[in-house]
Amino acid sequence: MIINQFLLLGAALFSIGIYGVLSRRNAVLVLLSVELMLAAVNINFVAFDALNQDAVAGGQVFALFIIAVAAAEVGIGLAIVLLIYRNRRSANVDELDLMKL
Amino acid sequence: MALLGISLLAITIGDWLGEIENWVFAVLAITMVFAALRVVTTKNVVHAALYLVIALGGSAALFLLLGAEFVAWTVVLVYIGAIIVLFLFGIMITRAPLGYETRLSHPRRVQIGAALASGALFLLIGGSMLDAFGDDPLPVLDATRTGDIGQSIFERFVIPFEVVSFVLLAALIGGIVLARRDPAEEPAETEEVPA
Repeated sequence: MIINQFLLLGAALFSIGIYGVLSRRNAVLVLLSVELMLAAVNINFVAFDALNQDAVAGGQVFALFIIAVAAAEVGIGLAIVLLIYRNRRSANVDELDLMKL
Repeated sequence: MALLGISLLAITIGDWLGEIENWVFAVLAITMVFAALRVVTTKNVVHAALYLVIALGGSAALFLLLGAEFVAWTVVLVYIGAIIVLFLFGIMITRAPLGYETRLSHPRRVQIGAALASGALFLLIGGSMLDAFGDDPLPVLDATRTGDIGQSIFERFVIPFEVVSFVLLAALIGGIVLARRDPAEEPAETEEVPA
């Protein structure tokens, strides 16, 4: 196995996540695309950990931290989407133009 | 010159397919990219969440391939077990259209722009990765023992660990405060806000 196969897969998944964030209209689907990007970053971290073979397994520990922060992010993000839905009866990102001039 | 490059590439791919792990990797990678594309293009919200399960399951399998067993099972437990379930609840509560829906994405011109931007980003990242690492091999992998990761977290990374636990606590309290229905606002709840 070479290192680049993992890095290229991570880059592909990250780009697909970027596409989802830019092109989706429903806020829940935007959050799903962000999860995809975080998963891609995790693949990179673990691949570099395997490449470096460092004694403290820093890459794997950081992947675990990312998973924890992702869980927090989804909790808060979905709570905000829920609140917006409750107030505006819609969870579409292009209709949230209250602060637009 | 181009011919030389192509023949070199063919030899490299031939060598690459000689290892059995790479076949496993290829199957996983194709599955994951397909599932990821479906996540961002499907017209059904629930299907998007379920395709994300496939993509994340593939990443857990890749972590097993890389010897990161603890991370792999954490992905299965936390991502697939908790985060996706949370998403499914969010989809149900926000009454996202459960059937097929055409207006989940922006109009076509925005999609084309997004595709161009993400394609350019992929070429940039992929090109710099190829430039930086070429075909550097991974060393022979030994599964990382979970005990070693525990030692590392609680010795070397103990302060980040505490910070993460604080972030989780803040997210917990923030989630409750945000999603709680305020009893005083109950009558105003039925009022329709013009969108």
